Amino acid sequence: MDAVTSPNLSVRLGPLSLPNPVLTASGTFGYGREYEPFVDLAGLGAVVVKGISLLPRAGNPPPRIVETPCGMLNAIGLENVGVERFVSDKLPYLRERGCRVIVNILGDSVEEYCRLVERLNEAEGVSAVELNISCPNVKRGGVAFGANERLAHELTQATRRVSRLPLIVKLSPNVTDIGLMARAVEEGGADAVSLINTLIGMAISVKTRKPVLANVTGGLSGPAIKPVALRMVYQVAGQVRIPIIGIGGIGTWQDAVEFILAGASAIQVGTANFVNPGATAAILGGIRAYLQEQGIGDVNEIIGEARR
Amino acid sequence: MQQLDAPITRREQLAPDLVRLTLLAPAIAAGARPGQFLTIKSGPGHDPLLRRPFSIHRVVADGSLQVLFKVLGPGTRSLARLKVGESVNLVGPLGNYFQRFPAMCLVGGGLGIAPLLFLAQEIRDQAPETRIELLLGARNRQELAPLAADFADLGLTPRLATDDGSWGHHGLVTDLIPQALGAERDWRIGCCGPYPMMRAVAALCQERGWGCQVSLETMMACGIKACLGCAVAPSPRRETGGRYLHVCQDGPVFNSEDLAWTP
Ligand SMILES: Cc1cc2nc3c(=O)[nH]c(=O)nc-3n(C[C@H](O)[C@H](O)[C@H](O)COP(=O)(O)OP(=O)(O)OC[C@H]3O[C@@H](n4cnc5c(N)ncnc54)[C@H](O)[C@@H]3O)c2cc1C
Ligand SMILES: Cc1cc2nc3c(=O)[nH]c(=O)nc-3n(C[C@H](O)[C@H](O)[C@H](O)COP(=O)(O)O)c2cc1C
Ligand code: FES
Repeated sequence: MDAVTSPNLSVRLGPLSLPNPVLTASGTFGYGREYEPFVDLAGLGAVVVKGISLLPRAGNPPPRIVETPCGMLNAIGLENVGVERFVSDKLPYLRERGCRVIVNILGDSVEEYCRLVERLNEAEGVSAVELNISCPNVKRGGVAFGANERLAHELTQATRRVSRLPLIVKLSPNVTDIGLMARAVEEGGADAVSLINTLIGMAISVKTRKPVLANVTGGLSGPAIKPVALRMVYQVAGQVRIPIIGIGGIGTWQDAVEFILAGASAIQVGTANFVNPGATAAILGGIRAYLQEQGIGDVNEIIGEARR
Repeated sequence: MQQLDAPITRREQLAPDLVRLTLLAPAIAAGARPGQFLTIKSGPGHDPLLRRPFSIHRVVADGSLQVLFKVLGPGTRSLARLKVGESVNLVGPLGNYFQRFPAMCLVGGGLGIAPLLFLAQEIRDQAPETRIELLLGARNRQELAPLAADFADLGLTPRLATDDGSWGHHGLVTDLIPQALGAERDWRIGCCGPYPMMRAVAALCQERGWGCQVSLETMMACGIKACLGCAVAPSPRRETGGRYLHVCQDGPVFNSEDLAWTP
C-alpha cells in the first residue's frame, strides 16, 4: 500500500458537488455562526442549519432535553426564526464566508413545504434543501409524513415540482420498513436521502414520578443510536440508487468511515457537536488521514465497500 | 469564547462532597466576567456524554480560574477524581454576567455561592467604593464554612443562615434580607442559589422596589445557543415576541422581572 499525499475527498449528492463528505446535522449546529469560534465553517462539506418553517416557532415548553446512557433525548419542538428572518439575518453570514448551506425545512402541510421551497429557490446562497418529514401532517390527522410511504411520496413529488434546488429527503427511523420509505421518496424525485432522524424515546424521573420532558416523549440521539442508524444506512443502500447521507451517533472519524463503508456518500455530525464543538473538523481530518494511510486515493472508492 | 485543554494545577477537597479545582486557562480567564460559566467534558468516553456547565468561581492573577462543585452524579464524580497535572477540556467563557451597581447585596444559597465570590472579587478590584452586603446560606455549617471563608479575605463579613441552625440564623437566607437592607431603595440584589430561594428573593425585591439579578440553572446540551435545550419562559414584561429565553446565551443572569417564575 502506498501512502497517498492528498486523497480526493469531494463527493456528489446527485446534482450537488461537495468538497468533502462531512456535514452538520440539523438542529445541532444552530445557524452555523454559533460554531465560528471552533470550526472553519467554509471547510466543511456543508452546513445544515436548524429546521426552518414558514413562520417563526416558539418550540416546546421546558424541560426540553435530558441525558440518557450514551445519548440524549430532545423535544425542542422545532423552535426557529422562520424563513424570512433566516434569509435576511442568518443566511448572509454563511454566504459571505463561502459556506455551502443546506436548509432543513418543515411544515404542517404539503403547501407549506412547497412555499418554503419556493422562497428558498430565490434566496442567494442556498446549496440544497433537506425535507424533515418527521413532522405531523396536520391536514391528514397528524400522521407524520415520514411514517407513511404515500404521504412521503406525495410530499417529495410536490416539492420536487417547485424546487430549483437539489432536494434531500431526511428519513425518520420510526417506521417498520425504512427501505420502503427510501424507495417512495426516490420515486417521488428526491436527489438524495439522509438518515436517520432521532428515535422516539422517553425518560421518567423516579423522584417526581413523572416524565422528565414536558413533551413526555423526545428524540433519542448520540452514540446510543449509531448501530441502528448504521444498519438502516446499509439496508437502504441496497434498495435505492440515489446517494445516501448517513446520520446517527457519529462522533469520530471511525464512525464516519463505517457509515461510508455501509453506503453513505456523505455523513452528518449531530449530538457530537455538543460534546466537542470542534468534532466536525476532527472527523474530516481523521478521514483524510485514514485514506492517506490506507493508500486510498479517493473517498468515493470506499462508499459502500462493506456491501460488496 | 474558546475551547482548550486546561491542566489542573490545584485540587482542594473543601468538604466530603465539595471540590474546588484550579485550572490553568489564561485565554479563557482573561476575558471572563462574574456570572459567566464554562462547560467541562468530565472525561473521555460516551457516558456521561454531555459537557457539564459550571460557574466561574474565581479568576486568579496567573491566568488560572477555579470551579467549585458538589459531587452529585457521574459527571461531577469523574471530575472529582482528577488529579493535579491531568487536563480537562473547557469551553468558555459562556453566557452573560452580573451588572454592577453602587449598592449591591449578594445573596447566595448552597453552590449558588460559587459565582458570587468572583463577583465580590471584581467589585473589590474595580469598584472598591461599592457598598456591599453579603448574605450566604446553606444546609449546615460544614457545607457553609468553606464557601464563606474566602469572602473574609476580601474584607467582607457575610451574614449567615443555615437550615439546621448550626451556624448563623436558623432558617432561610431570605429571612436576612429585610434586616440587612432596611427600607432603602437603592439596593440592587445579585442572587444565585436553588430555584425556590431565588423565586422568594425575586418576590421580596419586587415588593420593596429593589432591582434583582438572578443566575439560573437549566439542563444544557451545548452551552452556545445551538441546541435550544435550555429554554425558560419570559415574563410578559420582557418582550420577546412569544419566544423563550435561552439560559446559555440570554443568561445565566437575568433581571428577575424578566422571568415567568413557576411554582
Ligand atoms: C450555568 C450553570 C452554572 C452551574 N454552576 C455550578 C457550580 O458552580 N457548581 C456546581 O456544583 N454546579 C453547578 N451547576 C450545576 C451542574 O452543572 C450540575 O450539578 C452537573 O451538571 C451535574 O452533573 P453530574 O453528572 O454530576 O450529575 P447528574 O447525574 O447529571 O445530575 C445530578 C443532579 O443534578 C441535576 N443536573 C444535571 N445537570 C444539571 C444542570 N446543567 N443544571 C442544573 N442541574 C443539573 C440533575 O437533574 C440531577 O438532579 C451549574 C449549572 C448551570 C446550568
Ligand atoms: C437538539 C436537537 C435538535 C434537532 N433538530 C432537528 C431539526 O430541526 N430538524 C431535523 O431534521 N433534525 C433535527 N435533529 C436530528 C438530528 O439532525 C440528527 O438526525 C439526529 O440527532 C441523529 O444524529 P446524532 O446522533 O449524530 O445526533 C435534532 C437533534 C437534536 C439532538
Ligand atoms: S444549552 Fe444549547 S442552546 Fe443553551
